[in-house]
Amino acid sequence: MKIIVLMKQVGNKDAILRINRDETWIEEGDLSFEVNESDGYALEEALRLREKHGGEVVVCSMGPQRVKSVIKDALARGADRAIHIAGDDLAHVGPFASATILAEAIHGEQPDLVLTGLQSDDYGFAQTGVILAELLKFPHATIVIEVDASGERLRVKRELESGWYQWYSMPTPALLTIQSGISQIRYATLKGIMAAKKKEIREVTPSAEALSGAAQHQRVTKIYFPLKTKQTQFLGNGDAKAGAAQLAEKLRTEARVI
Amino acid sequence: MSNGILVFAEHRAGAFNKTSFEAIAAAQQLGTSLQQPVTAVVLFTDDSLAREVAAYNVAKVISAENPSLAEYTPDAYTDAMEQVVRATDPQYVIMPHTYLVRDYAPKLSARFGKGVISDCIRANASGDRVTFSRRIFLGKIDADVVSDGEPPVFATFQSGAYRAEQAEKGSGAQIESMPVEVGEVRMQPEPAFQEVKQAVDLTKTDVIVAIGRGIKSQENIALAQGLADALGGDLAASRPICDAGWLPIDRQIGSSGQTVAPKLYVALGISGAIQHLVGMKNAGTIVAVNKDPEAPIFDIADYGIVGDLFEVVPVLTEEIKRLKG
Repeated sequence: MKIIVLMKQVGNKDAILRINRDETWIEEGDLSFEVNESDGYALEEALRLREKHGGEVVVCSMGPQRVKSVIKDALARGADRAIHIAGDDLAHVGPFASATILAEAIHGEQPDLVLTGLQSDDYGFAQTGVILAELLKFPHATIVIEVDASGERLRVKRELESGWYQWYSMPTPALLTIQSGISQIRYATLKGIMAAKKKEIREVTPSAEALSGAAQHQRVTKIYFPLKTKQTQFLGNGDAKAGAAQLAEKLRTEARVI
Repeated sequence: MSNGILVFAEHRAGAFNKTSFEAIAAAQQLGTSLQQPVTAVVLFTDDSLAREVAAYNVAKVISAENPSLAEYTPDAYTDAMEQVVRATDPQYVIMPHTYLVRDYAPKLSARFGKGVISDCIRANASGDRVTFSRRIFLGKIDADVVSDGEPPVFATFQSGAYRAEQAEKGSGAQIESMPVEVGEVRMQPEPAFQEVKQAVDLTKTDVIVAIGRGIKSQENIALAQGLADALGGDLAASRPICDAGWLPIDRQIGSSGQTVAPKLYVALGISGAIQHLVGMKNAGTIVAVNKDPEAPIFDIADYGIVGDLFEVVPVLTEEIKRLKG
């Protein structure tokens, strides 16, 4: 079974964000980057499927040279080889162009399965995987929390809303978007890190044609911190302990909940 | 020429998803601003469901008919909706940002060579230009987005972005039955189910102390439990805590867990991604403790402390014990 895992590099989740001067994106200069959370679970699921059924796990990531750190980490965790779609502005091309570029890069691979996270932690489009499935003419399922590849057809458990679940079956090749928390993610071992140095990273660049639809259908004109809908009383003024004491008092006298 | 707004109303197991009416409210407001008619579309409904939508102030309700639409699959829904969109030729296709829509709408938009402006919280029309606002970076930042491409523009609205009660009733719209063709359906659904009955029903409790990633390790949960005990409440968590196995899944608050509205909700080290907020934003009094002053949880908090929860919680617990004693 050949599995391609699409992994995106995003800004660190705990970073304090600053908006750039054009007000079109965040200041990236002072940001540290990490793998998109749910994409990490997609990789873990791919590795587990390979352990059960054999085959190959190929990681694919797009973006500037810094995304190599995501690729190297995935190779250290056990992926067999990687495709890096290189380009400086690829983070901002929009979901349809992203999917078009990805389709072009993995077209020749003829995978049995394509896995990716259910959405990115930066733009949060939650659709690149599904569009890619349509472009590749693969059936797909989103928000998947369990994968059973032992039978003739692929069987996946999908999360619905409010505590409901549903199993779907479909033929392969197929594309699945994976929910965070599907399993415990393994760490890279020292042996894995050493082995990763010898693994192939194929670098490709998108064609002008694939890039042509970039951002046209959803162009960001401005980003800003959300307007507050509620008047929050901030307590303590930087002194956490003083804030706690004030809070207890307010919960009794104002909110009357204790 | 493209004209009008098409709004998708989602139903499952004989009932509409409440966010469908929120989407109708969004479509109506857009329609008023742009002076364009709103058409609603339902897939495979019985008469009573179609009439429920027709009671809203819309120009018409299209009921797309095909036996393959009896159960949701992305293949069948996409085929059906593609035909409805091509037949109605709207400028905007508005949908609720539900798990079902997330599953098929990008496939639909891809057939029109584009993506979806997803998870919007607002739409403002100026002239014939619509600016959509959506949350990015897990709710920390808003982005204004416009579409420069050809219509139709596909947009989904986040749960709670509009209120279902804002959707205007009308005098009974005409219902038009539209037979649609559905090609090969590759996905085979099995019946939907709930996991074993939840041991903890957090919807009944008055006070909830919820923890997020800021709690850092499983050992630290005792600290939050101490506060919950002092307040006479229950412990809950955001998704990453349950994913890590630190608390059982029946303690999870949010879109994939329980939806609660206690008198007091104390969020410790929870940044407030929308998936969490939808599960607790109707709480009476919301307290947030977080070291990031820009954490979205503060947008909905009544009281906020910007600081280290490990400093705040011991003092708060002692103070509450003292006040209660």
